[in-house]
Amino acid sequence: MVSIVFGRFIRAVVCVASFASFATVASEGARLQTAPINSHDVASLQNGAKLFINYCLNCHTASYMRYNRLQDLELTEAQIKDNLIFTGVKVGELMQVGMDRKDAKAWFGVAPPDLTVTARARSSGAGTGSDWIFSYLRSFYRDPSRPTGWNNLVYPNVGMPHVLWQLSGQAQLHEEVFESEHAARAALIATKGVAQLEEGHEIKDGKTVERFVLKTLTPGNGALSHVEYDKAVTDIVNYMTYMAEPARLERRRVGFYVLMLLGLLLVLVYALKKSYWKNIH
Amino acid sequence: MAAAEKQPVTGAGPLNGLLTWVDARFPLIKMWEEQWGKYVAPKNFNFWYYFGSLSAFVLVLQILTGIFLTMNYKPDAAHAFASVEYIMRDVWGGWIIRYMHSTGASAFFICIYLHMFRGLLYGSYRKPRELLWIFGMLIYLCLMAEAFFGYLLPWGQMSYWGAQVIVNLFGAVPFIGEDLSIWIRGDYVVSDATLNRFFAFHVIAIPLVLLGLVAAHLAALHEVGSNNPDGVEIKKQPKDPQTGLPLDGIYSHPYYTVKDALGVVVFLIVFSVIMFFLPEMGGYFLEYNNFIPADPLNTPQHIAPVWYFTPFYSILRAIPPLFNSQFPGVLAMGASTMILFLMPWLDRSPVKSVRYKGPVFKTALALFVIVFLLLGYLGTEPTNVWGQFGAWLGNADRATVVARICTAIYFLFFILMPWYSKIDQCKPEPARLTW
Amino acid sequence: MSDQQVDKGKRGFLMAATGVVGGVAAAATAVPFAGSMFPSERAKAAGAPVEADISKLAPGEMQIVEWRGKPVWIVNRTKEMLEGIKKSDARASDPNSDVPQQPEYAKNEYRSIKPDIVVLEGVCTHLGCSPQYKSVEAKGDMGQDWNGGFFCPCHGSKFDFAGRVFQGSPAPTNLRVPPYKFVGDAKIIIGDDTKGA
Repeated sequence: MVSIVFGRFIRAVVCVASFASFATVASEGARLQTAPINSHDVASLQNGAKLFINYCLNCHTASYMRYNRLQDLELTEAQIKDNLIFTGVKVGELMQVGMDRKDAKAWFGVAPPDLTVTARARSSGAGTGSDWIFSYLRSFYRDPSRPTGWNNLVYPNVGMPHVLWQLSGQAQLHEEVFESEHAARAALIATKGVAQLEEGHEIKDGKTVERFVLKTLTPGNGALSHVEYDKAVTDIVNYMTYMAEPARLERRRVGFYVLMLLGLLLVLVYALKKSYWKNIH
Repeated sequence: MAAAEKQPVTGAGPLNGLLTWVDARFPLIKMWEEQWGKYVAPKNFNFWYYFGSLSAFVLVLQILTGIFLTMNYKPDAAHAFASVEYIMRDVWGGWIIRYMHSTGASAFFICIYLHMFRGLLYGSYRKPRELLWIFGMLIYLCLMAEAFFGYLLPWGQMSYWGAQVIVNLFGAVPFIGEDLSIWIRGDYVVSDATLNRFFAFHVIAIPLVLLGLVAAHLAALHEVGSNNPDGVEIKKQPKDPQTGLPLDGIYSHPYYTVKDALGVVVFLIVFSVIMFFLPEMGGYFLEYNNFIPADPLNTPQHIAPVWYFTPFYSILRAIPPLFNSQFPGVLAMGASTMILFLMPWLDRSPVKSVRYKGPVFKTALALFVIVFLLLGYLGTEPTNVWGQFGAWLGNADRATVVARICTAIYFLFFILMPWYSKIDQCKPEPARLTW
Repeated sequence: MSDQQVDKGKRGFLMAATGVVGGVAAAATAVPFAGSMFPSERAKAAGAPVEADISKLAPGEMQIVEWRGKPVWIVNRTKEMLEGIKKSDARASDPNSDVPQQPEYAKNEYRSIKPDIVVLEGVCTHLGCSPQYKSVEAKGDMGQDWNGGFFCPCHGSKFDFAGRVFQGSPAPTNLRVPPYKFVGDAKIIIGDDTKGA
């Protein structure tokens, strides 16, 4: 029975891992890429914080995060104040933004969401929230039909323009049409990078037939090489993952000691129980 | 000279002196001995008997962590979400307290479900333990209410839409439904008013009732005595001439004190692994969408209740609307929990424990467990999770059909019990306990 | 030795060891609970040092700034006011500021870094009301021997312009001087007196 219950949990967890693909059969979400982040890489986290504040924090807020918390990333208060705060607020303040939310709504259609916990909120069966952001920031492509001129494979018809385009260059959408799902899936597996498979219909000789479209991107050339751009995005994601739960590393460290102590307690209590119950027949 | 008659405190020293002083004025030793110290329990408690004390342990944990969360949480729609993140970041040690509470909520239900299943296994609801079972069921209902009210408090998307859906269920009640759900919310949608009253229910009203019921549950237990895996009444056994206790009985203290302590430590190890390393538990203990602040204009793509409600949610979805009304589904969902109250009178078997029950009851119970887990799983998924049947079944969702079959089996397990438990080929109960 | 005695010894040891380790575990669990009651990061940020610009503070004027939720007074004292402090020496109950109600650098005649500028927490040391500014001219209210200072409306405590309490007032000690420092001539930082930066 225990094994049934725990089996159910494990199965449930596995099912979560696939639920997004079930839930959205009609428009299967894009295949995400695993973000190659390392929460112990302080240089990457510091660079990510710098990029985040420079590029993201102009429109988005991170309004549960205090600037001075960046001391976690081995930065001093003076460094934070001199290098990372552009709005003149005190170092203990939250990462708010000067932009009026109503203006923002008028400009972008929606107010840019707060990004503090996005790396947790965007988690799904398709991948962690970090994977989602990593894939998202690498999936912008030129689309003249959109008001901003940009579209995104991971977040179709997104309101946000491609802020990092000068670094990444301008990617183009590449579509390949397949007649069978099998062939389309094989092609999907063969491609690297973010890709999306869409199921559609086409009218041929008066009959509706199924078509499968594999969408991929052809990257453009920007100020950074593709490797450098991926590194920059990785750093941003690394930072955002940290920011979503600053206590994460501490949590694991404390957990380790707690388990050690409980392990010791287990041995003692087990021996105590044995010694009392020895003579109960 | 009442104090002289009691005289339970032995030995010298200031602590014993204090104890004697208190005991002369308050029935401290008497209460301890009646409720635990000299409470005689059967010797053969097995794995399943840990979950009662563990549930009590988790209750204490939830109350303690809850009190400290209340110190920093704000029951205000404009500040609730931020105050939870404030606890997670700005309050020293806040993340530990919050994760304890969120993990504790799920742990509570795991313990309670296993504790209830123990009752089903060994017939713990049978005479003379009917009231004990009913108190337990009331605790379970309170717990569901407590979980439901508490789930709104983080004010994330799942909090908001979960509450929205559940409150709207009351809208299915004929004639008064619409007004009833408005009355519950205190507004036309789930709003600040709803959050504020749910907070009041969660932190004070339900916990008070819960504590009272737990006291009644324990008092009833210690009055009638514990059942055991053999379902044999040890009180009817001859007394051991040396100890004066029933042949198969022992004092709870120290024997079950140390045994339950072992259970608590093992529980804490599992609990800590989840709390410190997997606090979201793959989106089951903390749902991902709940990291997005409540947005009344945007429903998340896939909403499912928290895992401990999903079997009942599946039953709700499985019942088709009748005369354009969801009410039958709501009734079925309510009935699925309420029917458990009747267990003491549904089971007509001559024996209590599953160990001596016949093949029919064993099969029925096994089937019930499978069906319950399956319903629980289906409740976490959209109804199209297994695709559709062909045109021969009207393109029905496979999962819905399975859920309907499961719902039927769920209810038949109870409805047919008076019949199949009576005709079953039971083995005779032994005179002594076995282990 | 019988089996039971061995058991007893072993049990005693195990009981003690379990008690100790269990106690440590319980104490460790209490740490985050107790710790959560200390000021949070938000409270600390709100209690951070504040800057005050005193370039426009004319002689004889008082400026009030908020620091950690308390009023902090900055008074630009005139010669007359400073003389009033000297005249009050006899009436002050702690004229030499022996009670540590001020940082070491403000333990002097005028209880300030610069003689003219005084920085005081405007909270009466009796029961926490905020006293009122009473100029040298307020002799009508305060009596003919009044040389200027502060008067607490709650229970009538009197202080001079150095924040020294008068004998016979209910307030037991002088007004507190918060840690502060000058940055140039026109800026004071309240709540921070570290050198450098």
